[in-house]
Amino acid sequence: MMTTRILEGLGRFYIGLLLAFLYLPIIIMALMSFNVSPFYQLPFEWTTEWYASLWHNDQLIAATWNSLEIAIVTTIICVVLGSAASLALYRYEFRGKKLLQALLFPPIAIPWLITGTAMLIFFFGVGIGRGLFAILLGHVALALPYVIVVVSARLQTFAPELEEAARSLGANQWQVTMRVTLPWIMPGVIAGGLFAFAVSFDQFVVSYFLATPGQTTLPVEIYAAIRKGFTPEINAVSTIIIVVSMALMLLTARFFKFGGEK
Amino acid sequence: MAVPGATASRSGLRSALPLLAPAYLWLTVAIFLPLSAMVFFSFMTDLPLSGKPWAFTLGNYAAFFSQSLYLTLLLASLRLGLEVTLWCVVIGYPAAYVLAKVLKGRSREAIFLLVILPFWSNGLVRIFSWAMVLREGGILDTALNAVLPFKINIDLMYSYPAVIIGLVHSYVPYMVLTCYLTLQAIDDSLIEAGRSLGASRLQVLKRVIIPLSLPGLVAGAALIFVPVVGSFMEPRILGGRTGTFYGTVIEDQFVAVFNWPLGAALSFILLAVVLVILAVAAPVLRRAA
Repeated sequence: MMTTRILEGLGRFYIGLLLAFLYLPIIIMALMSFNVSPFYQLPFEWTTEWYASLWHNDQLIAATWNSLEIAIVTTIICVVLGSAASLALYRYEFRGKKLLQALLFPPIAIPWLITGTAMLIFFFGVGIGRGLFAILLGHVALALPYVIVVVSARLQTFAPELEEAARSLGANQWQVTMRVTLPWIMPGVIAGGLFAFAVSFDQFVVSYFLATPGQTTLPVEIYAAIRKGFTPEINAVSTIIIVVSMALMLLTARFFKFGGEK
Repeated sequence: MAVPGATASRSGLRSALPLLAPAYLWLTVAIFLPLSAMVFFSFMTDLPLSGKPWAFTLGNYAAFFSQSLYLTLLLASLRLGLEVTLWCVVIGYPAAYVLAKVLKGRSREAIFLLVILPFWSNGLVRIFSWAMVLREGGILDTALNAVLPFKINIDLMYSYPAVIIGLVHSYVPYMVLTCYLTLQAIDDSLIEAGRSLGASRLQVLKRVIIPLSLPGLVAGAALIFVPVVGSFMEPRILGGRTGTFYGTVIEDQFVAVFNWPLGAALSFILLAVVLVILAVAAPVLRRAA
């Protein structure tokens, strides 16, 4: 019993260490974004100067708007197309269904470097070229499989008898979908939408290959700035991004259990 | 059963098609056609659109096999992938075990969320945050010198260990997630049975827990290894001049050297390597399902 206690204590301590490893760099970055010294020198002196100067960085602001717009449009398109596809995969039996489901995994499994460069070549080849539209095309394709997987997982918990019951009470297909099925899968749809937003808003690799100097997104702009040299302004904007995406994730967790609790 | 099944399946497709078509059309245009185009372009001397004359060639692949540089870099990237994956196993598996078998109830839920939370925040920004920790005069340097009685210089920035640290930080939540899912599915009574039959803790770990959680380990390893082999942003930011890997060479072909056909060939070779690795991992994963 004694050893069990000690081992459990060690286990908890170990988790603490892991959390420190995961969060320390992020916390330090956030602290440094409030530090006076632009070269991250200690002692620490409080300032919000770097956040204030963000407002005057037109390039960063334009890139932020692009990122937000693309993420929102990506989310809407993915939720609509993804929910429709999930419903079809759930409701109907047909030849080739297994293949269609298997086709969702290459976009998730293939490294973004390969997908991104392939998109660059193809979009350039067919005349779509680079820019915001190309980035949107790419983001939707990257996020769509996640949405289908998440919504399908939620559909697995749906009782088809409910649809039967509604139909036998005289509801048509559209009414059944809108009044019975959709409300049930809503948590999955919302979680899928938040996933899609996160995939798009945080996407760097694919955007990087498809961006042009005028039409770029926030992560691409940050990468360019990092390579030119670190600045506290980048710390400030990075801190904002981290806080926003973590808040988003917490929101997702509310709608969708990842842990598969017993 | 066969005949009605067949008719049902045909009418099923007719009803399913309007719902499926938009999503799969999009995936075709933005993923499957580009990947096919990449294969096609990798056999060309030049892009047909640039107006310059072009022809089919095996030269891009010949370049990979004749110049040892590309093969060396691919091997370096594979080694990087292997090292990062191993570190993720060493760090992530015990954490997943504690989460699944030691912690209970709400504290488990909260800590699980805390572990996977950073993973959904911007990867680029998290890599960048390490720069502040690792550089000379950075936090690690300052902190260690404040504690230690003698003067040491910590300047890990722009080194191979920095790349490893950054990548492990980025990918360890994957390993915790996949191992946790398989570990918590193991029935506690199996572990107790092993113990009461006289097996030591180590024996139970070796004979019961690790074999049963193998699918999670393999899934985590595949999810980590594949993107790390294709990584280029992490080595660029944290590796500096030592951060030249296969991924950064592909990046160069597209954004600096503008030799797209060669870049396509290098990408396709990477894709082939990735597919082989996933194919090797697949049987273990399927056995679990």
